[in-house]
Amino acid sequence: MQTLRRTPLYERHAALGARLVPFAGWEMPVQYSGIGDEHRAVRTRAGVFDVSHMGELRIAGDGATEYLQARLSNDLDRIEVGQAQYTLLTNDRGGIVDDLIVYRRGDEDYLLVVNAANVGADYDALAEVEDVSEAWAYLAVQGPEALERLGVEIEPFAFREDVEVLGVRCLVAGTGYTGERGCELGCSPDDAVALWDAILDRGIEPCGLGARDTLRLEVCYPLHGNDISPERTPIEAGLGWACALDKDFTGVGVLRRQKEEGPAEKLVAFAMEDPGIPRQGMRVVEGGEVTSGTLSPQLGVGIGLGYVPTELANPDTGITIDLRGRPRRARIVRKPFYKREES
Amino acid sequence: MAADESYPDDLRYHPEHDWARVEGDLATLGITWYAQDALGEIVHFEPPEQGSSVATGESYGEVESVKAVSEVVAPLSGEVVEVNSKVVQEPETINDDPYGDGWLVRVRLSDPNEPNKLLDVEAYRELLAGQ
Repeated sequence: MQTLRRTPLYERHAALGARLVPFAGWEMPVQYSGIGDEHRAVRTRAGVFDVSHMGELRIAGDGATEYLQARLSNDLDRIEVGQAQYTLLTNDRGGIVDDLIVYRRGDEDYLLVVNAANVGADYDALAEVEDVSEAWAYLAVQGPEALERLGVEIEPFAFREDVEVLGVRCLVAGTGYTGERGCELGCSPDDAVALWDAILDRGIEPCGLGARDTLRLEVCYPLHGNDISPERTPIEAGLGWACALDKDFTGVGVLRRQKEEGPAEKLVAFAMEDPGIPRQGMRVVEGGEVTSGTLSPQLGVGIGLGYVPTELANPDTGITIDLRGRPRRARIVRKPFYKREES
Repeated sequence: MAADESYPDDLRYHPEHDWARVEGDLATLGITWYAQDALGEIVHFEPPEQGSSVATGESYGEVESVKAVSEVVAPLSGEVVEVNSKVVQEPETINDDPYGDGWLVRVRLSDPNEPNKLLDVEAYRELLAGQ
């Protein structure tokens, strides 16, 4: 039996009455007050997520840029020191080993924030990196009031280190997984409880993985293990924008060819027209399958992501989802389901 | 507003966390406080068709929260004579009032003696204590 790991905030979650569940080898809060309330808090005010389970990998020194350029899909020349980038680690079939955020800390100095479940696979593919996950606790503070309540100013996809946030020394990044403005804060595990308490004192709602999933699904951010995997390529997943096909990286030949010829299946977003909630693994009757599904708290209908044959993958196309033996009508929609209003 | 934990003593219980309120040869069925709490906010009830048969221990519908789906197990056998349209329209009623407005279906019992085989409230509470 595998023992579940706990973040430095475990005692805080338990004390708040969170429902704790196993997730990627960690015991994580799935909800506190309720997924719907937490979801709405992030859309309308601000919420905080403990994402300390995420992995952090470091690579620094001469040749670091060249090394990552040969293994990550996005082009590091597109970002400057102090900027972060969404990128993919691919295998030689063009499949997605992981999706991650790379922080450029110096010309030859990078921090990679990766999915908890993939730290091992990332480490296998990136032998030169150092796993520094133990040195980091991570909190995501998201919502239209998030930055204001924290007293933080940060542009999307910028980051700064050694910034004092509510009395704690942090790495502040203008990133997130909810579609709202906000930031992610990295700090020492020893400071995590103080930072968490100070954030809650600012009236920011604690939010669990349940709301994190409904929020990211409304904005169609893929979840590795659901919507993207080593068996699916960025071209199929609609992540070609994060692939610099003009440089060489693992599996690029497969991706160039697939882009040229067009993939057999594409990842689409769809909304239910009939009652019911689509779920991962359900069959699309016309071909393909659902990779994520939920009830959208914003729209009040079942929504999902799934792969369908390319000839069907156009907005407004009707499809049928096999809901445990019941055929239910759905319609492919343009991504995303929800877009925040520009302020 | 989620209900406080309770298990009325006039109901009969099935170990799969379903309750039955028996009146003559009719029974009203629902899920217990424990079941709705384990699921969280219920967002969908997939009901059986009126006139369909339900059999003890078998699934007759589904309740679904944002995160999970759970089959609803029939505590008794019979024919569905009524589906609670309120919980179809407003599934959160199950969380708000699991033994009242949150009932799921009414059935006409095929065996009026069958309710005697179900758990009474003490036996159900014991079962919960062991979970």
